[in-house]
Parts: sequence; structure tokens; C-alpha cells
Amino acid sequence: MYSDMADEKSKSSIKEQINANLKRVYEEALQEEVPDRFKDLLAQLKAKEGGK
Amino acid sequence: MMASSKTAPETEIRDPREELPEHLGALRAFALSLTRNGASADDLVQDTIVKAWSNIDKFEKGTNLRAWLFTILRNTFYSDRRKRKREVADPDGVHAASLFEKPAHDGRLAMNDFVRAFDQLSPEHREVLTLVGASGFSYEEAAGMMSVAVGTVKSRANRARARLAEMLGLEEGEDIMSGSDRNSLAVMGRSGVAAA
Repeated sequence: MYSDMADEKSKSSIKEQINANLKRVYEEALQEEVPDRFKDLLAQLKAKEGGK
Repeated sequence: MMASSKTAPETEIRDPREELPEHLGALRAFALSLTRNGASADDLVQDTIVKAWSNIDKFEKGTNLRAWLFTILRNTFYSDRRKRKREVADPDGVHAASLFEKPAHDGRLAMNDFVRAFDQLSPEHREVLTLVGASGFSYEEAAGMMSVAVGTVKSRANRARARLAEMLGLEEGEDIMSGSDRNSLAVMGRSGVAAA
């Protein structure tokens, strides 16, 4: 029983490690600058809407 | 005193399209996690913006705009992929993982090893881990976005984590980040049981 508990613990620690790394990968992607083409695109869509 | 003749409160007037700029970074990060390629991710975000803009009337105000945008993005990704059909279906990444060379870590998981392993996962696995592991959506929200049952999200996330652990050589019972304590505890536990 005691060892089952230890196994459970290590399983959740692997999960934590993986989650921590996933967050880092995701955060790094979030840090990247958003390309201007998206802001331009939104401006274009907005202009088109207004011109209707 | 009640202002009974007043109509809509100002808060609900805001057009959700005005909020799109706030979600661009997250959309791009999610797109990158699916495509693992900057140019494809940008194309995917572009298509998502256009679809979201023209279908904004289908967005239910008051619900989670980011989840709605993520749903459009992932649906676009999978439908493009089905159209191209050039990839061999390998939803669990079994084949990819079998080609993966385990890193020779010496007690610390290097970031580039993790990224390399993450790249080998199927998009379905990268998706579920990004949604529930990285971007903080609940299993229920992810289930809604992926149009599957909550149980499917959980089991897919578990399989994806197991696949990563396997590729990275993270054995259960081993804690490579921090821990002689954990290891010795496990050893003590086992010997304790054996002795009993």
C-alpha cells in the first residue's frame, strides 16, 4: 500500500513535469510578437464592413 | 427608483469583433502547437480570423470568445488536413514514437528534448495537451471545443502524457527533476512491504 502511494506520487510528478514543460513551450509561443498581417487583416475587414 | 424605460445596458453593446486583437497571441500559440511550423500557423490564424469575423453572429455573447476562436482554429486545421490527406493517420503517434531516439538525460529534462518529443506527438495529442495542460482550459471546455466526451479528453490527455513520458524515458517511480527524497521514499516503501 505504501509503495502504491509512492507510485501514485511519482505518476503525478511526471504529470506535473510534463505540464510545466507544456506551459513553457506555450508561454514561449505567446511571447512571440503577433505579426502585423493580422492587425492589417482586422483593419481591412473592419473597413470593408464600414463601406457596406 | 427603477429606471424602467432604460434599454440595453452599455456593457452588452461591445461587438465581440472588437476583442479579436486580444486573442491573436493565444490563437497563434495554439496554431503553433498544432502545426509546429510558423508559416502554417500564421495561415491558420489568418483563416480563423476571417471565419470568425464573418460568422460572428454565431458567437453566443457572454460565452468564452477564446474557446470559440480556438474551436474555429482547430476545426479549420483538421479539415485542411483531411483535404490534403497526405499524412498517414497516426492519431496516437505510435509510429512517430517508435522512430524517436530517447534523450540521454542525466537527471534533468532539457527543454529541447521535450520540444523534440512534443513534435513527435500526433496533432490530436498536442492539441489536448495544449488545451488542458498549457492554456488552462478545463476538461469540460476542451471537450466542448473538440466535440468529444469529457472522458475522451481525459483518456487522450493521459495517453499523450504517457507517450511523452515514454519517449523522454521518464519512468514511473523515477523523479528526474528533483528528487532523491521521492526515490528513497519509494524504495523504503517497497522494502517495507517486502519485509512485512
